[in-house]
Amino acid sequence: MKANVAAKRDLHEEAGANPAPAVHAELKGVSRIYGVPGQGGVHALGPVDLTLRKGEFFSVVGPSGCGKSTLLDVLSGLSVPTEGSVSFEGKPVAGKVPDGVGVVFQEDATFPWLTVWDNIAFGLRRAGVDPAEIERRVTYAVGFVGLKDFAKAYPVQLSGGMRQRVCIARTLVMRPRLILLDEPFGALDAQTRLIMGDELLKLWRETGATVMLITHALDEAAMLSDRIGVMSSRPGRIIEEIETGWPRERDSRIASEDAFGQITARLWRLLREESLKAAGLAGGGS
Amino acid sequence: MSWAGWLRLIVVSGAVLLLEVLCRAGVIAKTVLPAPSVMAGDLYRLLASGAASADIGETLGNVAMAVIASILLGFIGGVAIHAMPRVRRALDPFLATYYAVPFFVFYPVLIVIFGLGAAPIVVIGTLFGVVAMLINTLNGLDRIPRVLLKTARVHGMDPVRTALMVKLPSAAPFLFTGAKLAIAYCFIGVIAAEFIMSSSGIGYSIAYAFNNFDNARMYALMLFIIVLVTVLNAVLFTWERRIMQRRRR
Repeated sequence: MKANVAAKRDLHEEAGANPAPAVHAELKGVSRIYGVPGQGGVHALGPVDLTLRKGEFFSVVGPSGCGKSTLLDVLSGLSVPTEGSVSFEGKPVAGKVPDGVGVVFQEDATFPWLTVWDNIAFGLRRAGVDPAEIERRVTYAVGFVGLKDFAKAYPVQLSGGMRQRVCIARTLVMRPRLILLDEPFGALDAQTRLIMGDELLKLWRETGATVMLITHALDEAAMLSDRIGVMSSRPGRIIEEIETGWPRERDSRIASEDAFGQITARLWRLLREESLKAAGLAGGGS
Repeated sequence: MSWAGWLRLIVVSGAVLLLEVLCRAGVIAKTVLPAPSVMAGDLYRLLASGAASADIGETLGNVAMAVIASILLGFIGGVAIHAMPRVRRALDPFLATYYAVPFFVFYPVLIVIFGLGAAPIVVIGTLFGVVAMLINTLNGLDRIPRVLLKTARVHGMDPVRTALMVKLPSAAPFLFTGAKLAIAYCFIGVIAAEFIMSSSGIGYSIAYAFNNFDNARMYALMLFIIVLVTVLNAVLFTWERRIMQRRRR
């Protein structure tokens, strides 16, 4: 494992000499401890070393409470790591969400007092984008997420899946180069999740953005990702990185392929022990 | 109008009609209660003559001042206390039991401090209204979903913009409720204070008419207050519903 990680680093350092570096975001030795270490502080995360390659679809899976959301908070700049460093496009991320990073949360983050249209235009207006350009981008985004007929509706009139689409559209119009999603479909039913997964793939292909998806659904990770990081129980560390080898043009139909079953099974084997540990049921080895 | 709305209308107009019949038939003596139609006539004549205009103007002015003071102080106080969780924990029991205190026992003190006139009345009205606004402000701020604040940070918004564009609209329904309650409480506080510690205003006029057996004037003014408060509440209710219907199911 360690040799593997080191080999990857070398690769990236070589790529770093090119005008378009393959490394898009990087975490080095990142830990997050809540409270005072050793005095009842909670060691939530790390140390984690993680490299996101430009344009890849990366998923993070792990047992509940392993620090997946903390990982996202630290990477996005919403939270400052206790130790280690975070960088995005070569620049350090320090306590502020950098331009070019978009985040979609699990909870409903629509503004209930704004229409779908105004919700999606929110970030653009804050950024002082030209009104004609806002009009253009929002029109496109509303169509992209299939809410054209609901542009004037308020969030209360929408289903959970539609509201999550509003949040995705709101992120999309900002043209982020790195999109972080924290269990965005966690609150949705199975069918809606599948459809949203396909839409997410479409979004990823069209924007060319790097995507990091936090999920607890192994099949979702196996279906959507180029690469999957498996986290240990708390304090969460990346214990394995799995390449899926899917083509860029893909959708939920790959779920019927043999490789899909193998990846899911491998993820489950890796996570079984960690999940038992997280639940306080761990014996020795399995 | 809904079925329930019609039923309410029938109940209220039925009760007024019954009262009218009982008064006209002499079951209720004139000296106790004039018939509603007579009351309305008295009110019309009172308003037309302008004899009560000064008192009405003064009371409405006092209520307006108390409402503005309650809403401003309640909002600012709520925001400040919300920003200081320790202070809030210390104050919580006081806020919870605040309305158990009968403020009117302090009226001699208030007169000593502020003298006779509008000041102690406005102070009593404000004492009534301010904590309703403060508690609802705290409630509204508590219920801002954390994910909306995170969203503001993702969009790189500074604290001022976050307050104006995310916190304020998110808390708005509770602020509205607070303001509505503050208005109602200020009316109660001001009119009740005028009864005991004033020499003008509607409350004083009602008490004066009562002491002088002037039933016509007393009931006319009572009717005026009831109609005024009802209309005011109906307007606020309609406004609130119009704002909220697109936010809540």
